[in-house]
Amino acid sequence: MTGVPEWVDGNDIAGATRELFAVDLTVARGRCATCGREAMVAEAHVYDRAPGIVARCASCESVLLRLVRAPDRAWLDLRGLSYLEVPIPAPVAPAAMPVVA
Amino acid sequence: MAVVTRGFTGRGRREVDLPPGQYLTDDFPVLSAGPTPRISLDEWRFEVADGDGTRQAWSWPELLALPSEEITTDIHCVTKWSKRGTHWRGVSLDTLLSGVDSDVGYVMAHSYGGYTTNLPMADVRDGKAWVAYEYEGEPLAPEHGGPARLLVPHLYFWKSAKWVRGLRLMATDEPGFWESAGYHMYGDPWREQRYWGD
Repeated sequence: MTGVPEWVDGNDIAGATRELFAVDLTVARGRCATCGREAMVAEAHVYDRAPGIVARCASCESVLLRLVRAPDRAWLDLRGLSYLEVPIPAPVAPAAMPVVA
Repeated sequence: MAVVTRGFTGRGRREVDLPPGQYLTDDFPVLSAGPTPRISLDEWRFEVADGDGTRQAWSWPELLALPSEEITTDIHCVTKWSKRGTHWRGVSLDTLLSGVDSDVGYVMAHSYGGYTTNLPMADVRDGKAWVAYEYEGEPLAPEHGGPARLLVPHLYFWKSAKWVRGLRLMATDEPGFWESAGYHMYGDPWREQRYWGD
């Protein structure tokens, strides 16, 4: 019997991550991995006069997100968020074709 | 027609003696990855610790009682500003680390507020690093790291941890706050070591 591989390579997430990062992350809800507060990313306290961008929990000031931007690369650290809930528009059902008698 | 040459200095009109990619500023930009901690001098401590716990600690009066030095130095921020001839007063890390074995390879600087940055032991000894508590003749302001900050001016200034509270001795190098998110483990401005792989 031919086994089905347990995993596929990273290319598989290309579509999902492109969809995720094409949206406005600030309207996503996240949970602080330190204190458990759930809030919109837009509610975080962002420190951007720094070598990178640091978003902190508005309740406990723990780091939620760090983003460092080099000219040709970026690093994103989300370890301070235990999840992100990202609104994605539901697929629109195709309009019914008018039936012409 | 006269031909004006640049002569033989070879470097053109670049600002003299600045690391590559840097520009000069006269002000002192405030950079911070978090809220400014307000530390009572009654509660302030500087600790040198290893895996077994604290080896030595100094209170604020004890720090001030140590021999201090005046330091005049240029500083270089990885966000590309450099500032000339800044004046500081502080205690050399040679004094604070005098009881530490020479075989300890690295230190992690810890700050009030949670910031960390890693440094080779060789870069914080031999007159290259201080715990600074005065800037331009005044007590170091909280937004610039007061009551005391690390001063390691031969490396990019993110290594000069504001609000420093101590050093943890490490056998092997570990990344600190920015070093774990893309910034260089060492950070030599003269070799333009800004990011991983530079």
